[in-house]
Amino acid sequence: MSEIDLVDGNLALKEIQKLDGHTDRVWSLAWNPAAGAGGLPPTLASCSGDKTARIWQQGPSGSWNCTAVLEDAHNRTVRSCAWSPCGKLLATGSFDATTAIWQQIGGDFECVATLEGHENEVKGVAWNSSGSFLATCSRDKSVWIWEMQPGNEFDCASVLHGHTQDVKMVQWHPHLDVLVSVSYDNSIRIWIEDGDLNGWSCVQTLGETSSGHSSTVWALSFSSGGDRMVTCSDDLTMKIWDTTNNPSEDGSWFHLCTLSGYQDRTVFSVNWSRDGIIATGAADDSICLFHETKDSLVGGLSYSLILKKDKAHDMDVNSVQWNPNEPKILASASDDGSIKLWRLTQVP
Amino acid sequence: MTLGLINANPVVHAKKERIVRAEDNHAADAVDSLDVFDSVRDIRDPEHPYSLEQLSVLSEESITVDKKLGRIQITFTPTVQHCSMATVIGLCLRVKLLQSFPLHFKVDINVSPGSHADEESVNKQLNDKERVAAALENPSLRQLVDECLCSSEL
Repeated sequence: MSEIDLVDGNLALKEIQKLDGHTDRVWSLAWNPAAGAGGLPPTLASCSGDKTARIWQQGPSGSWNCTAVLEDAHNRTVRSCAWSPCGKLLATGSFDATTAIWQQIGGDFECVATLEGHENEVKGVAWNSSGSFLATCSRDKSVWIWEMQPGNEFDCASVLHGHTQDVKMVQWHPHLDVLVSVSYDNSIRIWIEDGDLNGWSCVQTLGETSSGHSSTVWALSFSSGGDRMVTCSDDLTMKIWDTTNNPSEDGSWFHLCTLSGYQDRTVFSVNWSRDGIIATGAADDSICLFHETKDSLVGGLSYSLILKKDKAHDMDVNSVQWNPNEPKILASASDDGSIKLWRLTQVP
Repeated sequence: MTLGLINANPVVHAKKERIVRAEDNHAADAVDSLDVFDSVRDIRDPEHPYSLEQLSVLSEESITVDKKLGRIQITFTPTVQHCSMATVIGLCLRVKLLQSFPLHFKVDINVSPGSHADEESVNKQLNDKERVAAALENPSLRQLVDECLCSSEL
């Protein structure tokens, strides 16, 4: 953050635009990481209880419009969405137990593959950094790893068992094939490819006894370097986890600190910006921003609140996502059916 | 229908007399526990032709409303400790409140302490909005909920 002083600055989250169109709660958002390349304008995908996903793009005038509605592939809530690293494919996970893969062909988005295998609601989808693997997770307690083959074919590479309840979200490490899952069973699990026949195994479980969460863990996000991750929970806290070793080694993640007392209802979403700012969205309708501070008294590291936006939405905030290409732009999605775009600015 | 009932012989209580309130001294946005009770008291039990009020599953005292924060908290008491219908009752309460009060109200629904064998698990499910949303997309569950709510309008 070169031009913004986080410690002394008087910061504000200014609403740029409200995006209306979904007819039910908006669950999840995903910025297209390839925006800017090949003339692709800034692009955001959203998905909703109205069974659709929508694509939003910034036009030449600077204002945002819905450019596509992705429908007819799912017959229930679309819970999550994720762009492949190249930005050409969008995966959507639905309560209908399937994951759809969408590709823009000509002017339209077409469903080019449907991944079936989960027994019930798919809750999370995530691509690894190279785009070769897609992970999906479900209420059926399992995590599936799909390997992408030529011609939009997806083979199931592994089915991961370990969680004892719904798996709420999966995320890959920003540059290693390390997968993290979080669950209704209150735990966080770290998975790696182990080189054996069946591929993948759990190398670490972060539960309440490892200073972990005491209720459902809803989401996680890695720092841009991948040496830390943050998780958020129904226990109203966020936890920062650190690794000094190779993040894929057994037992390498440990609890660094817990942020609590900021939001008084379930924290549904957490996202770490490229500039090191952690955003959280909660059921108290607020958005909070945190940044690392050096605690001179203890000599340790801590994270402090730099901004709380009360009433960011009229209802629960389900997703907060920083634009990876323009790190002061934040998108948020809510039960009120709207998406908001925000700019973090310094007020004089 | 007599076979397999979880509580075959529930105790049925009399309904409380309804208090009719004048509109002018009761603003529409000032929701209180009696408003909430009035909206949910006639929900039919999933197993019996009686209302939740008649079965003493809930009362006005088991509802608290924080007007300032816009929060509604309902504590209900299943008729038996191992009642597998507790989650259905909770879903009915949630849907009815959604239909009756402004959407920005925050609703917490719990079974009363000690009233259910799986208290923690029932409470966790009822307050996980993703689980609730998925349950309400399940056609047979939705039908059961709608039937319990529908009969309350008779």
